[in-house]
Amino acid sequence: MIAELGHFSLVLALLTAIVQATVPLWGAWRGDAGLIGIAPFAAAAQFLFVALAFFALMHAYVVSDFSVVNVFENSHSLKPILYKLSGLWGNHEGSLILWVLILTLFGLAVAFGGGNLPPAFRARALAVQGMISVGFLAFSLATSNPFLRLDPAPLEGRDLNPLLQDPGLAFHPPALYLGYVGFSMAFSFAIAALIEGRVDAAWARWVRPWTLAAWCALTLGIAMGSWWAYYELGWGGWWFWDPVENASFMPWLAGTALLHSAIVVEKRSALKSWTILLAIITFALSLMGTFLVRSGVLTSVHAFATDPARGVFILGLLVVAIGGSLLLYGVRAPALKAEGLFAPISREAGMVLNNLLLATACGGVLIGTLYPLFLDAVGGGTVSVGPPYFERVFVPLMVPLLLAMAAAPLLPWKRGDLRGLGQRLGVVAAAALALALFTWARMSDASPLPACGVALAAWVSGSVLLELGQRLKLFTVPFGESLSRARHLPRAAWGMTLAHLGVAVFVAGVTASTAWRIEAIQLMRPGDTVTVAGYDLTFESEGEVAGPNYMARRGTFTVRRNGDIVTLLYPEKRFYPSQQTSTTEAAIHTTWLADLYAVLGDPAEGGAWSTRVYYNPLVPWIWLGCLAMVAGGAVSLTDRRHRVGAPVRRRAAQPAAAE
Amino acid sequence: MKRKHRRFLALLGSMTLLGLAAALILGAFEDNLLFFYTPTQLAEKGPPGARFRLGGLVEEGSVAKDANGLTVRFRVTDLTNVVPVVYTGVLPDLFREGQGVVVEGEIDGAGLFAAAAVLAKHDENYMPKDVAEALKASGEWRGEEAE
Repeated sequence: MIAELGHFSLVLALLTAIVQATVPLWGAWRGDAGLIGIAPFAAAAQFLFVALAFFALMHAYVVSDFSVVNVFENSHSLKPILYKLSGLWGNHEGSLILWVLILTLFGLAVAFGGGNLPPAFRARALAVQGMISVGFLAFSLATSNPFLRLDPAPLEGRDLNPLLQDPGLAFHPPALYLGYVGFSMAFSFAIAALIEGRVDAAWARWVRPWTLAAWCALTLGIAMGSWWAYYELGWGGWWFWDPVENASFMPWLAGTALLHSAIVVEKRSALKSWTILLAIITFALSLMGTFLVRSGVLTSVHAFATDPARGVFILGLLVVAIGGSLLLYGVRAPALKAEGLFAPISREAGMVLNNLLLATACGGVLIGTLYPLFLDAVGGGTVSVGPPYFERVFVPLMVPLLLAMAAAPLLPWKRGDLRGLGQRLGVVAAAALALALFTWARMSDASPLPACGVALAAWVSGSVLLELGQRLKLFTVPFGESLSRARHLPRAAWGMTLAHLGVAVFVAGVTASTAWRIEAIQLMRPGDTVTVAGYDLTFESEGEVAGPNYMARRGTFTVRRNGDIVTLLYPEKRFYPSQQTSTTEAAIHTTWLADLYAVLGDPAEGGAWSTRVYYNPLVPWIWLGCLAMVAGGAVSLTDRRHRVGAPVRRRAAQPAAAE
Repeated sequence: MKRKHRRFLALLGSMTLLGLAAALILGAFEDNLLFFYTPTQLAEKGPPGARFRLGGLVEEGSVAKDANGLTVRFRVTDLTNVVPVVYTGVLPDLFREGQGVVVEGEIDGAGLFAAAAVLAKHDENYMPKDVAEALKASGEWRGEEAE
């Protein structure tokens, strides 16, 4: 009964979405305030209906109602409650409902939180949101209905893929979707601006917080997925350039570019047309990410759907959404006049370079990801593009990006001079170079590349700290004054400092973990000891343990350093009877500087086990860097200028002082 | 600086970058495309010179470990042709006899495939498309009905 209510509610949501997609647009065209006023209420009603459907499905998961096909296929009565819930979005049909739920939630936020938006503009943006909603709801109802029944109802479910039963992955899809769908707001605002033919600083101020929030969520989502791959897949790697990873990484690259170009629009009224195009591209890549992962085009853990009809539907959706918006862009963009002029050496130019490099990198990833699909489609054989391709295209583009990233925040808007910049950054460059030489000598690497990576990290972090120091006038004025400057520094400035430092930490982590990782694969009997990077790991014993829905063989390792016990590690090999699958649970000892990573392999003759031990230097810095980027975004989001409604309140409080 | 100069400079910058990107992509493409073969395709076309991927089923009863416990030998089959494979390392969780597998590596003169990686596709239902088709053709298909 509840499932039928959910289904019905989804149909109502589709009808509301159709109203939201059309009536406000017509109203804004005619200038009819009554029709414009419908938009927020349609958005609210739509959210309500989708939420109802979502919770109906969630109810089916919680009570393990196996008469619903979707629950039967992805849940099991013995599964812990967290994975019953995450089972909802661990599959194609359920994840679509989550997608639409987030979309309508954002619609609701614009409808009732966007009080400072002009009503006609808001109506147009909401109408675009409605159109996206129509597409996805129709897709869900026509090809992927999660409420289909099964008669007779089976007694037990098939269970969720055990690899997905993990806390890191439970929240990975929602975070990713918050990012994907968040970029739909930038897209809707861009389309609404194209319809109105006007882009100004106010537009950028509305778009920036949405883009920033979406970017934070996407960064967090990607980091979580990567973290999961690191500890769950048991290979000690954290990024594989897998098409599914690329699918989420491309919107991130474009979104990062958008984040920066929107600043230029707001501060300097330049790059308008480009920013609109970026907003369209970013959301198009988000849609494509959903398409690539959901249609079964890619064969990976994420490719839940194998139904080609769905693929055709999403492809149609993509063509209409991307083609339509690009067409509108082609027609209307020439009307957008650039106002702010700037010299080749200026902060704007730095942002342009950032955008060019990020867009190029994004294009490189796109080609590598889609080429196998393209070749397969034209009958050219089955190929795959391996990680070396992506590394060779991506890394050379990131080097100038990091070099410029350090310099651009130190340049003034409009026009800067290279000599002054050189004087200020000379110390940082010298320090980075010294560190590189020291690293090269110390690690005695054959290749100078790892040392260059370390130098880049030092260069970025040094210049970020230099910039902060100059803002605070550290060491040139009394310390108390610096402190008071720090308090009054805009939150956006703190956010940038934090996020850029995060990038530096991330680069250091990537460099060290790639260059200086130590791997040991061996056969061990209880009592055997292996030495990796100064740690002595003794394989003590191996035994069986039972989990809620799995059986595990668990190894016990004692880790010693110079004879002192550091920790005990318990890697497991789990077997899930319901799916007849086993998973590897790595045991990881984390310090600030490295991870010691132990994996139990397969049993061999005579009570021996194959084991793998990795020493992964600075891997924790990778996650730390990502967290710093997210935190930077979040801090920047709390900046007063971004708070929706803040300028309105100020105007209301002191009407005489404003303007 | 005049607007015209500025535009020229911007255009020059973008073009340089685009050329650089194209060079990078083409250069990287040449060396890093991995072709995919089934055992039958390998028998028909002959082995490629470089590293490639081989996909099929792990033949039932073919998995054997060397005395060191880490080197594994098995045969990959598409039920028409068979290729012997040797791999040193720990196998992925989903590696099992009778299941689909993709191995990446090079083949030697004697026809032994030395795998540098055994790919865990993280999906127990995964099977290379060509293998699935070969299985369907030979009536050995045991997976779910095709959609």
